[in-house]
Amino acid sequence: MTKNRTEVADIDRSLYDFSYGEEGFERLDAGLTPDIVTEISQRKNEPQWMLDMRLKSLEIYHRMPNPTWGPGIDGLDMDNIVTYVKPNTEQKNDWDSVPDDIKDTFERLGIPEAERSYLAGVGAQYDSELVYHNMQDTAAKMGIVYSGIEEALQEPEWEAIIREKFMTLIPPTDHKFAALHGAVWSGGSFVYVPKGVKLDFPLQSYFRLNAKGAGQFEHTLIVVEDDADLHFIEGCSAPKYNVANLHAGAVELFVGKRAHLRYSTIENWSKNMYNLNTKRARCEEEGEIEWISGSFGSHVGYLYPMSVLAGRKSRSSFTGITFAGTGQNLDTGCKVVLGARDTSATVETKSISKGGGISTFRSSIVATPAAEGSTASVSCQSLMLDDISRSDTIPAMDIRAKDVNIGHEATIGRIGDDKIFYLMSRGISEEEARTMIVNGFANPVSKELPLEYAVEMNNLIKLEMEGAIG
Amino acid sequence: MSTISPADTLLSVRGLTASVDEKTILHGVDLDVAAGETHVIMGPNGAGKSTMGHVIMGDPVYSVNKGSIFFDGQDITNLSCDKRSRAGLFLSFQAPVEIPGVPLSSFLRATLAGRESLEMKGKQFRRRVTELARELNMDTAYLNRELGVGFSGGEKKKVEMLQLLLLQPKLAILDETDSGLDVDALGVVSRGMDAYRKSTDGSLVIITHNTRILEHLEVDRVHVMVNGRIVREDDASLIPWIDANGFDTFEREAAAQLAAERETANDAAPARDAAADAVRAAAAGLGAGMVQSLRATLDASGAADASANASADAR
Repeated sequence: MTKNRTEVADIDRSLYDFSYGEEGFERLDAGLTPDIVTEISQRKNEPQWMLDMRLKSLEIYHRMPNPTWGPGIDGLDMDNIVTYVKPNTEQKNDWDSVPDDIKDTFERLGIPEAERSYLAGVGAQYDSELVYHNMQDTAAKMGIVYSGIEEALQEPEWEAIIREKFMTLIPPTDHKFAALHGAVWSGGSFVYVPKGVKLDFPLQSYFRLNAKGAGQFEHTLIVVEDDADLHFIEGCSAPKYNVANLHAGAVELFVGKRAHLRYSTIENWSKNMYNLNTKRARCEEEGEIEWISGSFGSHVGYLYPMSVLAGRKSRSSFTGITFAGTGQNLDTGCKVVLGARDTSATVETKSISKGGGISTFRSSIVATPAAEGSTASVSCQSLMLDDISRSDTIPAMDIRAKDVNIGHEATIGRIGDDKIFYLMSRGISEEEARTMIVNGFANPVSKELPLEYAVEMNNLIKLEMEGAIG
Repeated sequence: MSTISPADTLLSVRGLTASVDEKTILHGVDLDVAAGETHVIMGPNGAGKSTMGHVIMGDPVYSVNKGSIFFDGQDITNLSCDKRSRAGLFLSFQAPVEIPGVPLSSFLRATLAGRESLEMKGKQFRRRVTELARELNMDTAYLNRELGVGFSGGEKKKVEMLQLLLLQPKLAILDETDSGLDVDALGVVSRGMDAYRKSTDGSLVIITHNTRILEHLEVDRVHVMVNGRIVREDDASLIPWIDANGFDTFEREAAAQLAAERETANDAAPARDAAADAVRAAAAGLGAGMVQSLRATLDASGAADASANASADAR
């Protein structure tokens, strides 16, 4: 008995795939030269040290080879990447003065709603430039700085902090795309939470790619001082084009003594995107970093948020989910350096692969000689939705300290027919049943997200699950 | 053999033959259930009772090789199980599954979606579900827990009964094969069945091998299944008889029947006749007046036993 196949190779992503004309937008020539990098820097009216850093990074970029250990990036043609597209608007604080087409884009992405619900500052990035930025009064009154990173560079007080921290967790020498980022970074967020200040609502930034062939190189720099507390949410969605697209952002998080930072993100890139993103956090004594990460979309992804536990009793927890569908090769995971006494880390990841998608989980736990008394536990659960998909787990552990406790467990499973039958016997269709089970599988991640983001993630899973019955 | 006229029949199973992994489990089963009736399918372990429930519900694990299933005037033999549910059929599971990460209340909500007469607004839904949970003596905290995860047997049973009451099916098949062993589960099921009968005029098909679950229940018809065949149909008086005597008689009878069929296939006439005689004798011993014919039945089944041995020797 043959069942009707409802496989749809390319799901309807129309909700996320839309774009507007580029009239009035300035485009720089493709191809990377010191001249282009200098022009980017001059336009931004940057301090000399930043230009020097860009030029040095560019040199490193040209010198370094592509990574050879992960998914292939042969389809990435750097000549096609226009690294900088500047929208024809200046920075705005007032929603009414944002141009209509850009506003419409944001509205379809739910920005105003998110703003209303959380009453928080919203920095949204359109192409490479920050066009809409609204700082919630309460946050400002508490002394919290939340601004575009270029903007912050113009303030001597903040420039000093940025100069001290910028690309120190992710040096340009780290890998080829970190170097590229250093050379052409544009846009992003700067958040500074002073000592002892605890923000009880999340700060959010929603950005997206619009121009054809444009790369996105936003930089997020967050400093949470001693005893302070912050939840920062980054979410993004990109329209789909046939030209190879590149995302090489960088996120640097500095968590002070006894401070707490939760960094949540849902990445939903179009299926032709090369997502080569680098994220790192450093925690001082008793500081805590929590990563919540949902990776959807993109053609190829390399994403391994890393925690450097530099202070005694500092902690890291990572909760992540990756969904690899047809034509996707997502290499994701987490790195932790246990770099001081009594540090602790947990890594809990879920991966879903479908329609020939490849999902690889990579973890790296390093315990330095100073890490006595530290613990780490890594757990990876994979769900394969068919026989043609692939799921791998590659755990690495490098233990150089005495008295450390490190554990790893991995499971790979499929959706049981008995579960499908049970749900269907209650009137739920097969597709809904599968979606329900996959959403349940993803629940440990979505329950950590604010409601709107959790709903969006469930919707993304639903979209990805369409045509999953074969 | 049913006395029900086709017009009243809610569920009509005809000559149902079903298999799993090329092993035939059901051999030409007939079953007729009229609206509002309560039927019981009994039989020893491994007789195919649960399979019967699953095949009627449309479990894709089983292939239907022959026969048909009509429900509420519609041929549902090839209908997917979600559509059977929407047509008003329900199966409570012996071993309900666990779905990690899916709260019970979300699942219940999804079971109602798109059912015209049952779909309700959020507030109304919560009130209704809370009401039903209380009726079943179930801690409402379970509504927020992940479906089935960490639930005891009794709690899982409550969830099944809650769905029975929420979905108000026209016909519910309750697979209670093991419930008789668990006093708590037994109470839950009894309460659920009572509430179901009170709130709807729906039909019940109870699958069990233990008669305790049938106490205080008005049963219209009892079907005894052995080796994938209905070997006996009678009224409720069969229940106390089975309670006293178990299924041995039916199993011997079935063995004899099987032997007879094999002999027919082998065209071994004398042995077949002997076996057929024994079957007739066994059948004659069973009737409405169970008690007085008990002795005769035991004698007859002894004969069937002997003939089964004889036919085995003949081969």
